[in-house]
Amino acid sequence: MSRIWRFGDDVNTDQIVPGRYAPYMTSEAELRKYPFIEARPEFAPGVQPGDIIVAGRNFGCGSSREYAPQALKLVGVGAIIAPSFARIFYRNALNLGIPLFEADLDWLSDGAEAQIDSGSGVLHTSRGAIQLPQPPTWMQEIWQAGGIVPYFREHGRFPGEAAR
Amino acid sequence: MAQTLAEQILSHAAGRTVQAGEVVTARVDLAMVHDSIAPSVIRILHEQLGAERVWNPDRIAVAIDHVAPAANLQTAESQNNLRSWARSQNIRNLFDVGRGIAHQVLIEERLARPGLLIVGSDSHSTAYGAVGAFGTGMGATDIALALATGQTWLRVPETIRVQAHGRLRSGVTAKDVALKIARELRADGATYQAIEYHGFDSFSLGERTTLTTMAIEVGGKAGIVPPNGPALANEYAPSWLTIEPDARYSRTLEINLDDLDPQIAAPNHVDNVTDLRNLGRINVDVVYLGTCTNGRHEDMAAAARILRGRRINPQVRMMVVPASSEALQLAIADGTISTLLAAGATLGTPGCGACIGRHMGVLGPTDVCLFTGNRNFRGRMGHPDAQIYLGSPEVAAATAVAGYIASPNEIERT
Repeated sequence: MSRIWRFGDDVNTDQIVPGRYAPYMTSEAELRKYPFIEARPEFAPGVQPGDIIVAGRNFGCGSSREYAPQALKLVGVGAIIAPSFARIFYRNALNLGIPLFEADLDWLSDGAEAQIDSGSGVLHTSRGAIQLPQPPTWMQEIWQAGGIVPYFREHGRFPGEAAR
Repeated sequence: MAQTLAEQILSHAAGRTVQAGEVVTARVDLAMVHDSIAPSVIRILHEQLGAERVWNPDRIAVAIDHVAPAANLQTAESQNNLRSWARSQNIRNLFDVGRGIAHQVLIEERLARPGLLIVGSDSHSTAYGAVGAFGTGMGATDIALALATGQTWLRVPETIRVQAHGRLRSGVTAKDVALKIARELRADGATYQAIEYHGFDSFSLGERTTLTTMAIEVGGKAGIVPPNGPALANEYAPSWLTIEPDARYSRTLEINLDDLDPQIAAPNHVDNVTDLRNLGRINVDVVYLGTCTNGRHEDMAAAARILRGRRINPQVRMMVVPASSEALQLAIADGTISTLLAAGATLGTPGCGACIGRHMGVLGPTDVCLFTGNRNFRGRMGHPDAQIYLGSPEVAAATAVAGYIASPNEIERT
């Protein structure tokens, strides 16, 4: 089973990876050490591939730094679930192929065990399975392709026309 | 059907009539990349997308503003790589160390124009709405795709209408309006939406930029001031870009400028805003004047008007970082810089300064800072225990004199 990492409202990108820890200032190879380095220092050493972030509203607000979701991807975050996301973060995470779900799961406690099937959007918890609201099909196709770059290479176009 | 400004610009960029909620592929008029993200953008462009050349070098701007001048060996080498790359791609719009913050420079250079779709590798790319453009921030992958193809995809946003009434009183500024908007809409109030600012025809280009840089602080995808009024009198706006009275807005926020007081955003959220007079006494160690939100000539001049003939409090360090070389030159020519230095302030190289907490006056753990910038997140300007309060340039100057967060009227009475 994977574990749930709980976060509050308005988690900003300076909390996810502070500007001082950007690859530009340090090095690309070190990025996996930095997610939540100051906001929650036990996160990076403790997180396991497939773990799930469950947060409050407006997750990822602030900067456009793609290295924030990139750092979460590097440590293997399997999905992020929050009632709402800041748009640049949402877009960056989608582009990198990280599954995001818009749902308010404030009853799930930090450290709880859970398992997600991101394809079907089903979250298995100790209280049973939950069907998470699914984003539109064209967004799911971007995850399934592994992000916007493989999607673009595969289709030769942006998702806009497919979404009409 | 009547359209908002965002719908008009994205219709033009998509080559078909579109409305809020649609997902479109749009032509990009201008793409901006800055030093902080450029290494990732270049790597994705060449290694992942296999693109050898950018789509059109004249529609790309490169700025070295985030760590300018270089603060360590890593950034120095990275900037040299960026310079070589820009030359190899024939990108003439390279704005090197000292020219200033991309957003301010692109407006000064008139690369940002009414009706354009501008994407930038920086969340404050909403700035370009000051001239009536649709400016929006994106991450490295989106910018690399735009550089390779000249296109991007966007969901056409709904629009919130901010409607101002009346005029600001003395000592109250565009920054106070921007903070008031954050106070009312909250940090996620405009997520996935654009903002149109009405009733600001008398605002200068700088004041408009203060508003639009902060559209992102309420989650906005773009913040657009209609390109009307004396500040835009010499700017050509395309004939298809007009205010349509029947355009549909998701909500209207009315703001009465006449009774607005100086506003302060207290740590650690931009929407944690209160009237300055209700703040209580907050002693400060650092006053930081600068950024794309409030680092222009008029901001420095406003601070100088208060500091003329006064000395800053000996407990306070005051840092001034102009938004651009043009702003700095104007401030030298009219004596503003002399006044600021005579009062005890220190001057930095035009650029982003310590806004991202990387160099040029980062904060230590016990520092309390009055900042004219746009974010007061924990750790934003340095140590996570530093306390950042956001306010206007006038409040910054008054605070530098008082040693605690003070309104300009309070200082000018003394």
